[in-house]
Amino acid sequence: MPLFLDDDQTALQDTIRDFVGEHAPVKHMRALRDANDATGFSRDLWKSFAEMGFTGILIGEAEGGLGLGHVEAGVVLEEIGRNLSPSPFLTTAVAAVATLKGTAHAARWFPGILAGDTVAALAIDEGAKHRDSVGLTAERSGNGFKLTGKKQFVTHGHVADLLIVAARTAGSADDAAGITLFAIPKDLANLTATPERLADSSIAARLDFDGVEIDADAVIGDVDGGRSPLDRLLRAGRTGASAELLGVGGGAMDMTVGYLKQRKQFGTMIGSFQALQHRAAHLYSEMEVARAAVIKAQQLLDANSDTADTAVSVAKAMTAMATTLSVQEGVQMHGGIGMTDEYNIGFYMKRARVLAEMFGDANFHADRVARAAGY
Amino acid sequence: MTDLDTFRAETRAWLEANCPPEMREPIRTDKDACWGGRNPDFQPGQKEWMDAMASRGWTVPDWPVAYGGGGLSPAETKVLREEMAAMKCRNPLNSFGISMLGPALLKYGTEEQKLDYLTKIAKGQIRWCQGYSEPNAGSDLASLATSAEDAGDHYVINGQKVWTSYADKADWIFCLVRTDKTTKQGGISFVLFDMASPGVSTKPILLISGYSPFCETFMDNVKVPKSQRVHDENKGWDVAKYLLGHEREMISGMGLASSGGNPLIEGAIATIGLDHDGRLADPLLRASIASFEVRANAFGSMSERFIDELKAGRAHPAQPSMMKYYGTELNKSRHELMMAAGGSNLLEWESESSRGGAEARAWLRTKANSIEGGTSEVQLNIIAKRILELPA
Repeated sequence: MPLFLDDDQTALQDTIRDFVGEHAPVKHMRALRDANDATGFSRDLWKSFAEMGFTGILIGEAEGGLGLGHVEAGVVLEEIGRNLSPSPFLTTAVAAVATLKGTAHAARWFPGILAGDTVAALAIDEGAKHRDSVGLTAERSGNGFKLTGKKQFVTHGHVADLLIVAARTAGSADDAAGITLFAIPKDLANLTATPERLADSSIAARLDFDGVEIDADAVIGDVDGGRSPLDRLLRAGRTGASAELLGVGGGAMDMTVGYLKQRKQFGTMIGSFQALQHRAAHLYSEMEVARAAVIKAQQLLDANSDTADTAVSVAKAMTAMATTLSVQEGVQMHGGIGMTDEYNIGFYMKRARVLAEMFGDANFHADRVARAAGY
Repeated sequence: MTDLDTFRAETRAWLEANCPPEMREPIRTDKDACWGGRNPDFQPGQKEWMDAMASRGWTVPDWPVAYGGGGLSPAETKVLREEMAAMKCRNPLNSFGISMLGPALLKYGTEEQKLDYLTKIAKGQIRWCQGYSEPNAGSDLASLATSAEDAGDHYVINGQKVWTSYADKADWIFCLVRTDKTTKQGGISFVLFDMASPGVSTKPILLISGYSPFCETFMDNVKVPKSQRVHDENKGWDVAKYLLGHEREMISGMGLASSGGNPLIEGAIATIGLDHDGRLADPLLRASIASFEVRANAFGSMSERFIDELKAGRAHPAQPSMMKYYGTELNKSRHELMMAAGGSNLLEWESESSRGGAEARAWLRTKANSIEGGTSEVQLNIIAKRILELPA
């Protein structure tokens, strides 16, 4: 399969580009922030996503979805990234759907996702840095389990209808085995969600599970066998975050190159200065390489390839590095105006920082690449 | 099974049967690369492998069959490359004829030129070198001064080229000459001639690596028939630029990991060892290598994407400049890391254990990557102007 979008995917890109550009451009995010909106995204917009079919992008056609893959999901996410659109698309339509697909939970949760009524959040991280360890415990209790522990950096966790929780049913925090993944509804007793606004104005919750009773049928897959669905979640989430990063980095680069063609100093356009040209050209190169890494990971994921895992880590690390460069160069080349809240380039820098941390930063993934290569 | 699956299965079986075991070993020194030519220096297995591949046209799989190629579609060519990589097959024939002159001849050559030159390139019979740079025409290549005087049915060429890779080993040269002194780019022609022609001489240049892969090439009243000019007189700059795109593409390939194993990682493990967790025992070097490998791996995908887009006619015409820039900078980083990983073992310049300082010499050689074929700075200029459309 060639490493570029085919005709159908390009047509989808045109559609989604117009749609997001019209309904959720950067000023949409700015308005939510200025209003101190407590949800963190627009439910109306999520409903419109559903009407366009996008919320079911990874759901099979037989179940009412579009039956498409990670390449197509990435096309949507890149536009979300480019427009800095707050959306539960990554957590819900990509990561949660990839996790629940083919399990008994699909029938319960997919209709709500397809209708744009259901929002999912992923309760994975327990410390400030994403790690492989899971310490939150799930003890047998009656017919189900009792969850005790804390999670953080749970985007949309304060409003989510569906929470996917990684918990430990055996062993200790750093063991690969003994993890169980749960799909649980909201409004459970002894579960406290504290929303925190992040630097990029998105909202992520800290979750406190203080002996939360859940039914046994909340288990995704097998008890103690959560590594497999968790890996599905992480692969989808990381690949999706990479695509969104590509949009953020690409959007920042386009703004910056546009500015170089417009801003005049010393009586000429600053884009004519070789010092800035070389920095812009280097940035372009990094973003191109990052784009290749992303579509490679998406295609391998769609093909269920056993080399997908390393490709996903390469994509996440590479997009984090390239987009970090893009937003840094963006603010620098905009000069003083790049430091103002009024100008959008700073929003790109903030969003890039959040996405770079999500599901593991560049160092975390470089380490995984090294481990996979035997060093 | 689709046609492509069938092709893949057949290709795999054929490669398995025809690729000699020696040709599945990693390339370690210059001599491991097969260049063919009139005076070949074959290592065991090289000739068999080159001839076997040439018999199917697979030294140039996507060239037309009429010119010695395999006539494969882009998808089939990709399958062949994938299967060769999976089996760690070496490139059967390294050739500036394949990577540089061939594409230019396919676009600008006459039917007669194509039938003659391309067929010999495909079979590895003629080894080519490139006469571009001159002492006073480096980054500003179009200021070249080597003159070609019109003498009826032929030109008489006088001048000097420099940095001519392997000129002392090459059979023929593709050469930029000045046929009109009154204009710059518009006064250049592209000619081919035999290095054995009277008046041609070469002088190797000793480099910092201790090797002399580059030469000075002198032309003293060399007669070249006009039938050996490619494209119109004074239109050579078009051919030159087109060829440079392919040269940059070829050089960018240096950014890719070699097909057989990963010498950087293997070397680091051998010298430094792994800790009890299976991590390279030098954490800072490990971090540098891991970060590099992310880029190298991503660039591997970029290379695949670039070729796919090129074959589909979707690549930006200046994209080879990005590939060349990124690939060569990456290759320099790789060799810096290899030297760091090998420590003082690799500093030995002549010892047997260092294979005569092979890595140290290779490391020094890579410093030319970002100079030859247009410097990194020239590539960045091209990207800025042609892709990003920044003002002059």
